[in-house]
Amino acid sequence: MPPKPQTFAQKALARAAGLDSVEVGEIVDARPNVALSHDNSAAIRQIWLQFGQSKVWDSARMAITLDHAVPAPTSRHAQNHADIRRFVAEQGIENFFEIGTGICHQVLSEEALVVPGQLILGAGRHTPHFGWMGAFGAGVGRSEMAAIWATGELWLRVPETIQIEIVGQLGEWVSAKDIALGIIGSLGADGGLYRCVELVGEGVADLSLSSRMTLANMMAEFGAKCSYIEPDRKVFSYLAEARLRRTGSKARDEALHSQIEELARHALYPDAGATYEKRHHFDAAKLQPQVACPHSVDRTVGVDELTEVRIDQAFLGTCTNGRLEDIAIVHRVLAGRRVAASTRLLIVPASKRVFAEAMKRGYVSDLLDAGAVFGTPGCGPCMGNHQGVLAPGEVCISSANRNFKGRMGTPHAEIYLASPAVVAASALTGRITAPEEVTRA
Amino acid sequence: MRESRGRAWVYGDNVDTDLLFAGKYTYTLRSPQEIAPHALEDLDPDFAAQVQKGDIIVGGRNWGCGSSREQAVTCLVYNGVDAVIARSFGRIFYRNAINNGLLALTCPEAVDVIQKGDEIEIDLDASIIHCPAGEFQFPPLSPTLSSILDAGGLIPYLLAKAARD
Repeated sequence: MPPKPQTFAQKALARAAGLDSVEVGEIVDARPNVALSHDNSAAIRQIWLQFGQSKVWDSARMAITLDHAVPAPTSRHAQNHADIRRFVAEQGIENFFEIGTGICHQVLSEEALVVPGQLILGAGRHTPHFGWMGAFGAGVGRSEMAAIWATGELWLRVPETIQIEIVGQLGEWVSAKDIALGIIGSLGADGGLYRCVELVGEGVADLSLSSRMTLANMMAEFGAKCSYIEPDRKVFSYLAEARLRRTGSKARDEALHSQIEELARHALYPDAGATYEKRHHFDAAKLQPQVACPHSVDRTVGVDELTEVRIDQAFLGTCTNGRLEDIAIVHRVLAGRRVAASTRLLIVPASKRVFAEAMKRGYVSDLLDAGAVFGTPGCGPCMGNHQGVLAPGEVCISSANRNFKGRMGTPHAEIYLASPAVVAASALTGRITAPEEVTRA
Repeated sequence: MRESRGRAWVYGDNVDTDLLFAGKYTYTLRSPQEIAPHALEDLDPDFAAQVQKGDIIVGGRNWGCGSSREQAVTCLVYNGVDAVIARSFGRIFYRNAINNGLLALTCPEAVDVIQKGDEIEIDLDASIIHCPAGEFQFPPLSPTLSSILDAGGLIPYLLAKAARD
């Protein structure tokens, strides 16, 4: 009998568990290629100490970034960072990224520390981010990360898969963020609960890699365990160049070609005939810019319905929308113009690499002239720790991924989520604004 | 017989991890004494002050959606909460709960009828929830999850396993 067709999730978890094949619903002990943690690493160490080990299972498979509250806003945060640095030195963890390098998911993508077909478990909910390259990325808790540090493995249930086909060409000011908000708005914040969400179709293949990251990343807010986009030549080239850069090799055609071949060999694709729990169809051509209203990501409406809402702060950044492509859109809307007097625009690049490139292209100085404030690369005010938290009664339009009550420091503030284009247009007028309204010739 | 008994605290759908334990505390508060008073702070300011050992939380759909932060679970454990019954759970909240020895049960029928303050009894061996409005069966836990819960959580489970091997 020929083997049963398998989903991506089945193939990836079978590989990570060292098995020939696994069934949906089966619980397997999976060994991650990469175990990612961040500012929570000191707390994870406290749990790990219970194992009584002097060394972690494999420091080469660990990655730690300082990104969630950087530079330290209080001396307690500073103590947390100091504890992490000491642990990193003790354990000889090479993949350690200091404050200002960038957000964990962005940095590990840029450095190609994860590659297609691998399993990455992260002590952070947005680890499905790595679906952009066809890797199985899932978030875990602190005890689970401690268990991985001690044993190198963790129990995982093989998830059902739902497939979302995206078709149709996006309008000029409509982006991957709008697709994600549109999907979550129509199917609910729990529409992808426990599932692997496979994003397919011409509407996905046409997206830039940066936009694929946005889409895969946002599936965390759809409840997904992991997301998956078929890796193509664009993905392999990006990662191959990053790997050669990291090892200091010159990106000669031959070396690049062999890297690309190796990455392609390791990639995983679902079999034709694999079992999907559900299939959805999403027409991106009909989509208007979307905005998620307080305090839930699935309370989405078209931007035109909210143009009376005044804003105090516009925030551009995070692992969802803090990349060069996003800053370029803000630049396109705001260069040569001025942020509304009643509003502040905060830009926190997702990484140092993004920041440096934005500077090289002149975006940073133009946006400073337009009234923007730039923060240290990292998570910024996304989870209310620092760098632009809100006052009670204030309203923020944000390119982040969550608008939960209290998320940005006080339960008495309101957060609207939108694309970089809507954030920029709103910064210009001081109220929620459709990009078309301010860019018509 | 394994059972839990306590008063119900009833909440709605999509109660996220920021409502359970706000992000602004997540990298600074570490001890149970520091964490416990902030449980459900922005959703129900009375909760942390009035919750009693053995109490049970009843939530709607997607309970604990949002962040992977484990304090969303441990803040309940540190307040003596014994179980959470919900229509459905955010995936990592569910894992974190089992991994910290907190019983997490999916039972929409029970959620439909349980009122705030009801006395509830959960019989884990029979997979039945007893409440004033009736009795409700819930799907039994898988053997792996059951052993983790019985050990009191993932870390004690792994330590016991290592001692056996």
